[in-house]
Amino acid sequence: MTDRNTLSHLDLETPEKPFLDANELVINMGPQHPATHGVLRVILRLDGEKVLGLECVIGYLHRGVEKIGENRTYTMFNPYVDRMDYVAAVSNGLGYCEAVEKLLHVEAPPRAQHVRVILTELNRIASHQLWLGTHALDIGAITPLFYTFRDREEILKIFEKYCGARLTTHAFRIGGLQYETYNGFEREVTNFLDFFRPKIDEYEELLTTNRIWVERTKGVGKISAEDCIALGVTGPVLRASGVKWDLRRAQPYANYRNFDFEIPIGQNGDTYDRYLVRMVEMRQSVRIIEQALAALPEGPIMAKVPKVMKPAPGEVYHSIEAPKGELGYFIVSDGSTQPYRVRVRPPSFVNLQALDLMCRGQLVADVIAVIGTLDIVLGEVDR
Amino acid sequence: MIAKLKRMYGSGLEPLTYAGQNYMIVDSSMIPEILQVLRNEEQFDYCVDITAVHYPKREKQFDIVWVLYSFPRNERIRVKTQIADGAKLASSVPIWATANWLEREVFDMFGIQFEGHPDLKRILLPDGWKGHPLRKDYGILQQDNEWVQINLGIESGQ
Repeated sequence: MTDRNTLSHLDLETPEKPFLDANELVINMGPQHPATHGVLRVILRLDGEKVLGLECVIGYLHRGVEKIGENRTYTMFNPYVDRMDYVAAVSNGLGYCEAVEKLLHVEAPPRAQHVRVILTELNRIASHQLWLGTHALDIGAITPLFYTFRDREEILKIFEKYCGARLTTHAFRIGGLQYETYNGFEREVTNFLDFFRPKIDEYEELLTTNRIWVERTKGVGKISAEDCIALGVTGPVLRASGVKWDLRRAQPYANYRNFDFEIPIGQNGDTYDRYLVRMVEMRQSVRIIEQALAALPEGPIMAKVPKVMKPAPGEVYHSIEAPKGELGYFIVSDGSTQPYRVRVRPPSFVNLQALDLMCRGQLVADVIAVIGTLDIVLGEVDR
Repeated sequence: MIAKLKRMYGSGLEPLTYAGQNYMIVDSSMIPEILQVLRNEEQFDYCVDITAVHYPKREKQFDIVWVLYSFPRNERIRVKTQIADGAKLASSVPIWATANWLEREVFDMFGIQFEGHPDLKRILLPDGWKGHPLRKDYGILQQDNEWVQINLGIESGQ
């Protein structure tokens, strides 16, 4: 029933071009597909094996999170936010809590900010590990999946000990943290870092100079810096195209200005560069966690926030550098206990727009590689 | 920069600040021009977000918000305009390519039409859905029962 509407702009049937032109094939990469990282439907227009154009149909995971936000109090909405980008739940929570803190004109105390940075960077490593495992699996390399998921378990164990949940952590509260770090938190995180450093070398050994990997990813899904900026693409994709921009450096939040880390960039903007950029990001996250642990201050973990939160009427837009790109929250308050409007600016949604441009002229197998390299999470695309 | 724009456009543009963030309320007739000026002359090359807010009790019910960022200046700004229900707005797709899906989502959720958009159709909800959920008069438990019944075969209300 809806297919005609969806395919109308692909010019299937016109007087000049009959339906099912022998040179063009329209194939549906349906919502159920092992390599689309969730329920994503891609309609491919092919000339043999070459992609002439594609269209993404999304919305299969739309849960109306923004509508729910208008019907819950600020604290009640906090757990919903984790479920959008369910791979990097801690980052989502950080963005939301900081946006509401801006509305309330409070700032989390220093110890809370340090612990927030540690948990967010651990989550960045976990998210990149999941990305690497699934991306390599889609391309055909099965081993990295087992390696990365095995090592990711250590991070999830730390999260579980800290806040009770592995994936949808709800780790932060508006104003700071609820739970003090458990006994042995610093020791375990340090042990994890020592355990993890050689692991990145292991992943690199499997893939970076692997001839099959290089041939499958070099030159695939190229996007230039101008196109990235025009399409609003952010995150590792933008950095791999050569733009040295990271929100942690450009518009620092949660005391990132105290930490020293590098921003990796690539030259070609292809899949191989995006892979290298994310590997370096994992190393830099390790560096940030080290610095944060060394400088962890004592003190309170929660600022003075009222029990019943009624921010003054106003609106605020706050964004953070999530593992996928710029994650923004635009919250409008009307003075009551519930937000008037919560808008989530999802990085995966905006990055997915670039899929059409990145796949033109490539082969069908490259479409899979590009979807993987964009690192999209459908929970965030659809909300 | 804001002072310069205020001088140029006088009463149609009102600059404000809240919580350290700059934003401006612009008359809806001047929006295409202001956005073009911001893109070309003030170097706001990255359109971060386009969204809308619904105020049903107000005469001009919708607030359309553009969040823009400039890479060379490392500055973020919000541009807001107010339009009535049923009014159309010029699409920003010629200015920023990002606006394509962002405007589709505003149309999907609020029903605001953008003139000049290459492909304005629903993006998150199914194509045949009736109603625009993020409007304040759409209930939290409401759904398009007809569509659900035809396509999913679920008879009951929930």
